[in-house]
Amino acid sequence: MKYIDEFQDPDLARRLLDDIHSTVTRPWALMEVCGGQTHTIIRHGIDQLLPEQVELIHGPGCPVCVTPLEVIDKALEIASRPGVIFCSFGDMLRVPGTGRDLFQVRGAGGDVRVVYSPLDALRIAQQNPDREVVFFGIGFETTAPPNAMTVYQARRLGIRNFSLLVSHVRVPPAIEAIMQSPNCRVQGFLAAGHVCSVMGVEEYPELAERFRVPIVVTGFEPLDILEGVRRTVAQLERGEHTVDNAYPRAVRPEGNAAARAMLEDVFEVTDRAWRGIGVIPDSGWRLSAKYRDHDAEHRFSVEGIQTREPAECRSGEVLQGLLKPHECEAFGTLCTPRTPLGATMVSSEGACAAYYLYRRLELTPAPREASPVV
Amino acid sequence: MCLAVPGRVLDIEERDGTRMANVDFGGVVKEVCLEYLPDLQVGEYAIVHVGFALQRLDEESAKQTLELFATLGMLQEEFGDPWEMAAEAGGTLPPEEEGARR
Repeated sequence: MKYIDEFQDPDLARRLLDDIHSTVTRPWALMEVCGGQTHTIIRHGIDQLLPEQVELIHGPGCPVCVTPLEVIDKALEIASRPGVIFCSFGDMLRVPGTGRDLFQVRGAGGDVRVVYSPLDALRIAQQNPDREVVFFGIGFETTAPPNAMTVYQARRLGIRNFSLLVSHVRVPPAIEAIMQSPNCRVQGFLAAGHVCSVMGVEEYPELAERFRVPIVVTGFEPLDILEGVRRTVAQLERGEHTVDNAYPRAVRPEGNAAARAMLEDVFEVTDRAWRGIGVIPDSGWRLSAKYRDHDAEHRFSVEGIQTREPAECRSGEVLQGLLKPHECEAFGTLCTPRTPLGATMVSSEGACAAYYLYRRLELTPAPREASPVV
Repeated sequence: MCLAVPGRVLDIEERDGTRMANVDFGGVVKEVCLEYLPDLQVGEYAIVHVGFALQRLDEESAKQTLELFATLGMLQEEFGDPWEMAAEAGGTLPPEEEGARR
């Protein structure tokens, strides 16, 4: 237990771990959906503190990582156009498109700006009425309500030079797709806490019942993760499969009603492609017809973009929990945060980035032949 | 980006018909929209994501989380200069910006 002293409350961590160790009688595979949880797990070595029978599989919950290459290329194309101010969250800057990234577009003279909030992008549009301001609207159910509110405000205030390049994704259809995959090994889910802060837990009982899989809403701090694992394993050992909230300080069962109402007004559910995974039915949002004027894809002609994924990148398998990052041959050699093949290596929530940052020196890339640890 | 950080409301004002607040995140103050938590009052804590308060949080949990995030350098990740971080991660800033960095 080499990392346990770094926990905020080491005694509580030890008690939770002891409980998990004494409960487990056979192997279980749990998936943490959220990339933020993956980073906590790897950073604190939680996967190494758990009993050997409990395996944590990293899920697709990094919004930057699952944004399809085609959308990244559309963003790069729009950001390169004269007269456009392209606004984005900082973690999209170095995500590779086909051949370049937003950082390089800016270096070549594109007006790319980083904002903290989508409302900052709206303000830039107000201040620059003769320019087209486009905001890159990616993210899960946590990020979609702020972006929805911004489009609503643009319409309310009559700000016509503001549009959103939308690539929002939804967690429940992803859980469904994972459970329906023939290679699926997942037996329990740690659901993403902040997604549930917005959406509540109403979408989960049907999934838990249909796939006979426990779903435990889990926070992001090390102790939250241990508690989520403890409750999931306890259900599995008892043969139960219910929805449980291990993050009540931030998650009400109904979520945030005002945010959900805004989502319903501004967006409509659509099929969406996930990078490395493919199209998942009903797994995304797009702007509803009422807000089409603020849809960047509608405003800019960006069809017919030719994308090219690097053949060596296996991030799709990592995102589906079929491969651990260090099992990829390119990990840490061909692919590093400086020379990323895929978004999972550059995103602050990417699984490959987590392994590179916190575990690289302990791991080797997939052995072509068994090679010694460097 | 998915990280949501607890913060304390310092003051509240109506702007362009929208309820906005200054919120303190362990020393960093940011403007935050309160439209999704319209009842939030000065002195209360909430989980804030990309400039929007999304859910109330009790003071003790908020403080513990902020302390932990600060220790782990996650507040820097959330509020630091993204261009600088991208450059450090392997990009190169255009030459005219090298001098402009703090």
